[in-house]
Parts: sequence; structure tokens; C-alpha cells
Amino acid sequence: MIDLNDVHKSFGENEVLKGITARVEKGEVVCIVGPSGSGKSTILRCINGLESYDRGEINVEGLKVDRDAASIVKVRTQVSMVFQRFNLFPHRTVLENVVEGPLYVKKEARAQVLERGRALLAQVGLAEKAEAHPPELSGGQQQRVAIARALAMQPKAILFDEPTSALDPELVGDVLGVMRKLADDGMTMVVVTHEMGFARDVADRVLFIDGGVIVEQGPARALLNQPQHPRTQDFLRRVLHPL
Amino acid sequence: MKGFWHDAAEFFPILMSGVALTIVVTIGSLLLSTVLGLIWAMMRVSGIKALSMLSASLINVIRGIPIIVLLFYLYFVMPDLGVTLSALQAAILGLGIAYSAYQAENFRAGIEAIDKGQIEAAQSIGMGWWLTMRRVVLPQAVRIVLPPYGNVMIMMLKDSSQASTITVAELALQGKLIASSTFKNTSVFTLVALMYLTMSIPLILLVRHFEKRAGKK
Repeated sequence: MIDLNDVHKSFGENEVLKGITARVEKGEVVCIVGPSGSGKSTILRCINGLESYDRGEINVEGLKVDRDAASIVKVRTQVSMVFQRFNLFPHRTVLENVVEGPLYVKKEARAQVLERGRALLAQVGLAEKAEAHPPELSGGQQQRVAIARALAMQPKAILFDEPTSALDPELVGDVLGVMRKLADDGMTMVVVTHEMGFARDVADRVLFIDGGVIVEQGPARALLNQPQHPRTQDFLRRVLHPL
Repeated sequence: MKGFWHDAAEFFPILMSGVALTIVVTIGSLLLSTVLGLIWAMMRVSGIKALSMLSASLINVIRGIPIIVLLFYLYFVMPDLGVTLSALQAAILGLGIAYSAYQAENFRAGIEAIDKGQIEAAQSIGMGWWLTMRRVVLPQAVRIVLPPYGNVMIMMLKDSSQASTITVAELALQGKLIASSTFKNTSVFTLVALMYLTMSIPLILLVRHFEKRAGKK
């Protein structure tokens, strides 16, 4: 359902994506791992048009992603995004954050959306925080609200951009737990992450990216347990045994 | 001192009619400068080069002309071009235009202070430019913009006295008229100053309230 074909992207002189070709099937969980600055987040940001790309083509459900075309709204309502720094709207309550898109972008019926919003908050374990404002919540709670906000759009896929990197270690588990449940329910997910345990247990497939190219890809367990490429081996050694 | 109270009682009613006009000029030009300032600021951050450059040049032209010259232009020159404005209309228009430049820069600073992540989050749920502005950016920018906006209100109240130069009989001009016909300069101008101060104090308190609220978050 998400197709990247030879995608190139430069920031000025710096080419961050040097021909990325990949495909995410419906219901698949794909983790993207790799050193920082390797272009992982840029891939996600290109998929929903937060970033433009210079060459190649990205298709979502057969719809070409072009951030300057009117069709980008359709892409974004089908592919939600969860950010590293949550990016909740601080001036609105938790529930208002969740229903914002369905109400104002998709223009769905209010009563129905509110009901769905509350159900989603219950699903991420935050039913009692509906009327709170995001700054009153912990990072882990905020990220779970962000996931509920993404789900409220009833997307066909969700992109996660390092969803646990800004969290205190003891809060990571709650967020990963919610994500694992989503994966079990069959949600299509593309996850940029440094959580190798999550990638190994939850992902169907892992892409290892370095220097703007896919160095190695394969089934999660195989790739993370027996990496073939020296750069993958080196990266995993550093991440798993930092000392 | 006794003389002052006597004079005050005598001149107060006339000066109050000046106060009324001062308030009309201040509120009128405040509204106009707010609307124009918002338009300039939106053009500035629209991401459309032509609009943003047009707005930047407009702001610079307005900033580079003294208010008093702008007022003279509207009141004395426009009739030659076939547009006749009453003194009050010219005063509101002139002050409104002059202050729109400061308002615009203030609004723009508020808008640009909003975290880029907020805009990305709005885009990621499919919001377009205008919806992002209306639902996400502007409500947050208001908090940032309010304290300087309050200061503009105070400056405007005082600068409304410049309308006296084009015959608007607001507080300053009323004072001058009374003073020149009675020669009681001390009583009259003390009274005028006190009346401006009285009007400023609520605004000063309002700014303090805004600042406290903005500081809380």
C-alpha cells in the first residue's frame, strides 16, 4: 500500500536519500533502523508529504504523493503520523486533540467523533485524562494521546517517527505496549526506532538504512539476529552493547 | 490649589467631550490597525513570495513616514485627489495605517514563535494553510502577542492626540483651546495630563494581566 521507487532527496548540497526503493504491504509492520542522520526520518516525512522529494516516486494506495498537489490532503488522511516530540496542541484538551482532524478536516458528525475519541482514549489507557491539557501529562501519556489522535483519523497506515526517543526510560514501555497492540490488530505501521527489542518482537520486516541507502533488509528476527552486511553488524553491536 | 479645583470643575465637562473623541479615535484606529496588521502579517507568512515582499515593502513605507505627515496627507492632500474625508475619518485612517506596521511585526513575531512541530502535526492530519492558521497557530500566537498588543493600545491612546493637528477636537485640542482662551495653562494642562493618565491606568493593568498569563505557560 506504500510504494517508494528510487526516491532521492537533498537538503542543499547534502543528499540524504540516495535512491530508496521499498514497499509496505497492507497489515505489515516495518521498522526502519540505522544511525542518526542516515535519512530514516526523512523517508517517513516524504511519505506523507511533510517533506518534498527530488526524484523517484512515492505512492500511497495508488495515489502519488506530491506535497504541492491538492491530493496531499487525501494522502494525509489515509496515513497518520506520530512524532518524536508528540506535537500535541497545547491549547486544546486531550479529547479535542484527538477529534480535531475528524471534526475539522474530515467534517464528520460531532457526536459520533466525540464517542470515537473517548473510546480511543480508553484504548490507550487515558480515558480519565480526556479533559486535561497536554502540558499536564507525562511524555508517555502525551505520546499515547498522539497515537489516539493518529487513530482517530481512521488511517490505513501510521508512520511513527522515533516515538519513544524523547521519553524517560520508564515511560517507554507504555507507549510500546500500545503500539504492539495496534500491530496485533493488523494496523499497517512504519516505525523509525532505536528500540531493537520492539523491532525484533513486533516488526515483520526491518530495513537498515545508512548513508541514505537501504543497506540490508529482511525479516525482523533474521536481520537483527544474523545481520549479513558488515555495516549492519557494526551498527547493531554498538546499539546492543554500547559499553 | 483651591484655584485648581475651581478650574477643574469648570473645565471638566468641556474636556470630557474631548475624552469622548479621544476614545473614539483610539478604538477606531486600534480596530483598523489590528485588521490591517493581521492582513500584512498573514501576507508575510503566506509563503508566497510576491505577497510577502509586497507586505514587507508596505510595512517599511508606513514605518518610514511620521504619523503627523500621514495625517496631513490624508486630510489636506486627499481632497485634491477627489477624496474628501472628515477630520475624524482621516484621523482614524491615518493612525490605523501608521500603527498597522507595528501591529504586523508584532503579529508576525507571534506567529513565527509557534513551534514548527505544531504546524507539522496540523499538516499531518490533513489541515491546509488556512485551517492550520485558524485552529492551531493563531490561537497560540494570541498569548504571545497580547502583552505587546496592550502596549500598542497605550501608545495609541496617547498618539490619538496627534489628531489635534488636523482639527479633531479630542482631549489635547480641547485643552489647548481652553488654555489659549483663559490663559489658565497650569490648571488646564495638569487636568489634561491627569485625564490621559486615568485612561492609561486600566490599560497598564491589563498589560500586566496579559504578561502574567503569558508567563504562566
